[in-house]
Parts: sequence; C-alpha cells; structure tokens
Amino acid sequence: MQENCLLKMRHINKLFPGVKALSDVDFTLRKGEIHALMGENGAGKSTLIKILTGVYQSDGGEITVEGEKVNIHSPQDAQNNGISTVYQEITLCPNLTVAENMFIGREEGILVRHKYFEKRADKILGELGIPARSTQQLGSCSLAVQQMVAIARAVDMKCKVLILDEPTSSLDDKEVNMLFDLMRDLKSQGVGIIFVTHFLEQVYEVCDRITVLRNGELVGEYLIEDLPQVELVAKMIGKDLDELSSFGEVEEKHFDEKDIFYEAKSLSSSDALPFDFTIHKGEVNGFTGLLGSGRSESVRAIFGADKVNGGNVTIKGENVKITKPIYAMKHGIGYLAEDRKRDGIIAELSVRENIILALQVMKGFFKPISRSEAEAFADEYIKVLNIKTASRETPIGSLSGGNQQKVILARWLLTHPDYLILDEPTRGIDVGTKLEIQKLVLKLAEDGVSVTFISSEVEEMLRTCSRLIVMRDRHIVGELTGSDLNQAQVMKTIAGGEAGNEE
Amino acid sequence: MKSKFKKIFKGGLGQLTIPIIAICLLVIFNLIRDPSFFSIAIQHNNDGNIVLAGNLISIINGASELAVLAMGMTLVTAACGGQDISVGAMAAIAGSAFVKVLKSASVINAPIVILGFLMACLVAMIFASFNGTLVAVFKIQPMIATLILYTCGRSIAYWINGGATPTVSSPIITGIGSFIPGIPVPTPVLIVIAVAIIFKLVFHFTSLELFTQSVGINGSAARLNGINSTFIKLLSFIILGLCVAVAGTIGVSRLGLINHETLLLDVEMDTILAVAIGGNSLGGGKFKISGSIIGAYVIQMLTITLYAMKVSSTDVKAYKAVVIILLVVIGSPVIKAKFQKLMTNLKNRKPKVSVKGAD
Repeated sequence: MQENCLLKMRHINKLFPGVKALSDVDFTLRKGEIHALMGENGAGKSTLIKILTGVYQSDGGEITVEGEKVNIHSPQDAQNNGISTVYQEITLCPNLTVAENMFIGREEGILVRHKYFEKRADKILGELGIPARSTQQLGSCSLAVQQMVAIARAVDMKCKVLILDEPTSSLDDKEVNMLFDLMRDLKSQGVGIIFVTHFLEQVYEVCDRITVLRNGELVGEYLIEDLPQVELVAKMIGKDLDELSSFGEVEEKHFDEKDIFYEAKSLSSSDALPFDFTIHKGEVNGFTGLLGSGRSESVRAIFGADKVNGGNVTIKGENVKITKPIYAMKHGIGYLAEDRKRDGIIAELSVRENIILALQVMKGFFKPISRSEAEAFADEYIKVLNIKTASRETPIGSLSGGNQQKVILARWLLTHPDYLILDEPTRGIDVGTKLEIQKLVLKLAEDGVSVTFISSEVEEMLRTCSRLIVMRDRHIVGELTGSDLNQAQVMKTIAGGEAGNEE
Repeated sequence: MKSKFKKIFKGGLGQLTIPIIAICLLVIFNLIRDPSFFSIAIQHNNDGNIVLAGNLISIINGASELAVLAMGMTLVTAACGGQDISVGAMAAIAGSAFVKVLKSASVINAPIVILGFLMACLVAMIFASFNGTLVAVFKIQPMIATLILYTCGRSIAYWINGGATPTVSSPIITGIGSFIPGIPVPTPVLIVIAVAIIFKLVFHFTSLELFTQSVGINGSAARLNGINSTFIKLLSFIILGLCVAVAGTIGVSRLGLINHETLLLDVEMDTILAVAIGGNSLGGGKFKISGSIIGAYVIQMLTITLYAMKVSSTDVKAYKAVVIILLVVIGSPVIKAKFQKLMTNLKNRKPKVSVKGAD
C-alpha cells in the first residue's frame, strides 16, 4: 500500500487575504487509481489543485512525488515532476493541428520537425484509441476529442499524475463514456488520476476513492464502496445523517390558486432545460441541488438573463414574454445574481450609484434620479440594511463581501419588486449578515413579496423556504413541502439514484 | 502605511492628479524659461476688432478642436473600452459637407451656415452610427471597426467636393473661426465652453453618465440590471459624431477652406492621448470629461512650448513623445500594480519567513 503512493500532500495550508482557503489538508494519490476530489463551492478543491500545479504557492506543508520531496513554484515545475492538468475549458489552440497542439512548447531546438511529430502523435492517439488524426485541425474535433488530445499531450509528457478539472461538464453522455474508457485505460497503465467534478453519478462510475473537502478542511478519504451517495452529499454539505432528521420547522403555508403570482410552463433558455414553475404571492420557495444542477440557470431563465428559447409565462394570470432583464424588471421581478463580482456590483462606482442603478433603469434614460433624491435613497438603505461603508460615495468594490451584497439587495429593494429572486445571496459573507438577510427574506414575504431563495446551505433554505424544488443534472427531480422539508429528505432527493441502496 | 500610499495613487486628488500636475509643471517651466510667456496683450486684429493675444490665448484657442473631440472620445472610451481612430477622417467628411452646403448657396448668410452645420452633424452622425453599429452590434473591436473609416474617410471627403479644395469666405465663417466683432475671446474657445456646458446638461438631465460607466465597468451586471448596452455604445459613437461635426466646422472656419487631406490630420492620436492624460482608463469604465479637456490643453501647451523654444516643427513630435511617454507610464496601471505589489510583498514577508523557519 505504502509503496504504491504516487503523490502525497501533507499539511497543506493556504492563506488568502482575510480567508484561510486551506487548512492542514492532506491528500494522497496512489498508482493506478482514479481519485475524486469532492466538495461544494469554496471548499478548497481548486485551491488545492492550483497549489499542486504551481499556480499558487502553499503557505506551508509539503508535497512528495514517489517519495521524493518536491517544490512546485510554477506550472513548469509541476510538469517536470510529472503532474499534468486538463482544465474544464480547453487550453489548447483550436487553429493548430492535433500534432502541433500535442508538441507545442516542447520542441527541442528551434526546428519544428512536423513529420516526426505527426508520426509520434498518430502513434499515441492510436494507442489511446482517440479518434483523431494528427494533421487534423484541433478546432474541427468535438469537444470530447479535444479534451482527449489534451490528455494525450499530458500522457506523452510522461505524466504520473493527471488532474482532470471538471472535464465532463460540456460533454454529452456518449462523449463522457469515451472519456471514461480513456481514463480506465490510463489507470491500468499506472497513472494516478485526480478527477474533479460536480456530477455525483460519474464519481461512482469511474472512481476508486473519494477525498472530501469542506470549508478548506479535509473531511476525509473514503473508498468508493464505503461511502454511499447520500452520505457523500452529507459530507460535502457538512451534516451527519443522524442529526439531520430533527431539523425543519418552517410553518406550512397554504396558497390558493388565485394567489399565483408567476407561472411558467416548460420555460427553457440557452442554459436551462424546459421546466415548470409556479410561485404564489408572499411565498418563499427555494431551488436546491448541487452546483451545476441547473438551479441558477433556471432562475436566470425566469428573469430573462440568458436567451429564452420557449415556454409560456403568466404573471398574475396575464400572458407575458420575458426575453430580457428589463422586461422582467418592468413586471416587478428583481434578480440578485449568483456571481456578485461578475453580475452584481459595478465595482468602481459608488454605493449610491450602485443602489439607484436598477430603479434608474426602470425610470428610464430621460428621467434621472436627482442627486439629492439618490442620496436620500442611499442613506435610507444604508441605514435600513445596516450597510457598513465609509460613506455613500465609497466605491462599492472596496466594501466587504457582505456589505456589497447588501448594497445589491438595496438596489433591488428600491425597485419595490413583487417577486425577488435571490441566487446565493449569502455566499461568502459572515454569519451575522447571513441571518440578517434570512430575516429580511421572511419579512419581505410577510409584506406580500414572492421570493425565490437559492443557497448552497440547505439548512439556511429550510429556515426560510416553505417549498423546495430539488434539481439534479439540470432536471427538477422533486418538490418538497411540509414534513418533507428536512435535511435528510433533501439530501436523499439531491443524491437520487443511490439513495435507495442505503439500508 | 499601505493605505496611505494607496490613497495617493488611487484617490488623493483623484484621477485629475496627473493632468493637473502636468499642466502646473508646464506653466512653471515656461515661467522660469520666459517670465513673459503667459503675458496677454490687447491688440487690434486685421479686421480692426479689439482682441486678446498671447501664447496663453493661442494655446487655449489652438486646442479647441482637440478638446471638443476629446470630450466625445471620452464617452466612446468609457462605454466601449476602445477608441475611434477615424475622428480626423470623419471631421474631413463633416467639414466637406459643411462647405458643400455653403458653396451651393449664392450668398453665405446665417441660415445657410446653420444649415451647413446641421448637414455636417447629420453626415457625421451617419458615419458615427456606422462605426457604432460595428462596435455595439457586431462586437468588433473599436480600433478595427474605425480603421475602415480611418482608411477611406478622406477619400469620401474628396468625393464630396469633387476633388477641389474650395474656399469659403464670409464674415460669418471668419466669426466662427477666429473672432466675433466685439468679443475679444476667440470663438472656438467659446464653442468649447458651450460644448462642455451641453455635456454637463446632458449628464444632468439624462442617465447617460451612470449607464455609460456601468456598461464600461461591468457589462454583464449592466445587462442584468436592464441596461441596453448596445444602445449606450451606439449612442456614445453618435455623440462623438456630433463632436466631430463641431470640430470639423471649427477647422474649416479657421482656414476658410476645406482641405480634405490636411484638415485635422493625425488628430485622432492626440485625442486619444488627451483622454489618457486626463486620467481616464482607455479600457473603459469610470470617466471624467474634465480630465480629457485638461488633457487636450496639456498637449497643446506642450506643443506651443516647444515651438516657443524654437524647436523645429519636425522635431516637435519627438520631444512631445518623450513627455507623453513619461505622463502615460506614470499613470499606467502597471506602475500602480507594481507599486501595490511591492507594498503587499513588504507586508507578506513576515508570515513567509516564519513558514520557512518551520520547515
């Protein structure tokens, strides 16, 4: 067992300003094994991978490859130590040929020996059973084959450790199977593979072992047969199954048909598969599911944030078409986006400007909110939401995450929406602010606002939502209300399939 | 300590720090070199008007077209994160259209001049919309999109007046290009002030400033807040088009003729420089029109200073380049980032050492 060890990471620590991204994490990879690295967003998976590949430097800890201590300061170091990575997005050049991609940056001397490279590439492709020709342009191959070429490149570089970071997220089932065959093949050749994915079923299909991280800490390393799917979910989310059942006491609310505020029938967008959805006036519901399950994509479709492909939407019984955010806003819908940095804040603008933005857009181009009015709005919400900022003129980018989030909340509250969609409003913010936001959600519902609340923390959703829609692999797989609203049930539904195998 | 340095670099006097310091340095330099450099004389000009004259006046007057163009360019830069390099060529087109209208009338009177100006505006807006559509709708990089008109714009201007370089002489044109009788300040300067006031009013009575900055800083968030970024980008080009028409009209009126080959030649690069010297990020986002105006005057003052030092006109460009390199490099994000990195490194040195010690 011990001599089988290919890669050992011990006591890995990583500090980011203000956050401990990894604390004392161990990770072991053996020869000829496929090892899943699991954890929710922010668990530290990608930080660990980046330390291993030399993108980040660890703040303490040691890495050994085949028993020898190594220092990895750059991706080049990682490659020299036999550690190769294939990322989610293909990092090769689509305009070059397959062979060129496999050997780019590895030519010795200044001459490129095309014929030799092509021959060698064809040999490797043949050995690995990859359906591509060396002279073909990479861009003309399917995504799966491109990924495989990236893997072939890694294999040819005599890699011992192959890291696959979300390789399957843009592949269809057939392509996934092709990839898995290749992975099994490499495994039999003694390569150690680290597989990062959000798809639980795939983990159980190919992996031998699972290491679970949570909040930058190691939860544990398990053999695949020792860890049923539902327990894996519990480990990732951070609750033991036993203590789950007792939870869940949101009072059940009953809604009449006539109270329906928003109803969608087979709504679909470029990113979301068709789904049905209804929300009542004053109701708080939630979408849950692991990352990548399609929960964000679904609410984005409701708001018209992605290209809407089809479906019937009625608001208060009237047929409406929402194809752009502005139409959703005009119908009283507000949407706090999941990625605050990318889709929420306008970093260099002041708190005041960020607060009035949505209202200003709704009022229109030619009716600017006067400076004094804007200042009054800003002051009001800074006070109501207890936003900690030096002044209303401080650029929002310099506020803490939680306070940025409150500013964005203020932006939407200021538009007095009938229906507010909050996608991960509490991610990455401190506990106090989390509670404030949860309270705010409940208060809004009391005032008759419909709220959709999405959070990775199931507990938080149980505390606020009276109905939970569960998604897995981009489909709605369940809707929980009343007594079913408890962690155990939620996790069973999220995990699906394997849940029944539990005794 | 870090925050203190950060303040100087990021906030402090704000983005106007560098242009204001530049202008002060130039003023001090000139005063030392020649204390009478900035003296203003009251003279009678050829038309017998009482007018102001002196280096300062010619600096402010000479920078007029540049200042007007820089204002428009600031908006395009902010919204699109790129620049329009066809403003010189477009100004030639607009100027030609202006002259074409004047030439078609038997007498040049005020209504005809106004008509000519409106025609220049219309033509410039059409060409600007062409640029804007390429950028906003087809998502082509601004510099590439405007390269088309940069290349062929002066040919189009040539066609408008059939290849001739017609002259227009009229007291009204002279009034626009130099002085209005009874007013000692050059008219182009008054036009710059008027354009600046119009910008101020537009910012006051519309949400242009907020929307443009939002689109430029974070297009994705702007879209999710319902802002039509295509419209905002297109609008920025159209506004620049209007500025181009104004600049073209001033340029034509100064000389009393249109030379499609030389009118505002190479002005686009000076315009972009003015925006950059004004502390505006050429990558878009937050902007200050006032910065660009100051930037325009910095460039002009630099040019006039060099001429005053008897630097030959061929050498001026080289000297100008040296000063501009300094200004731009000092204000560059790399220098800021380097500086910040240095500060963080100093701060982080302690924990790193302790970790190594533990090994």
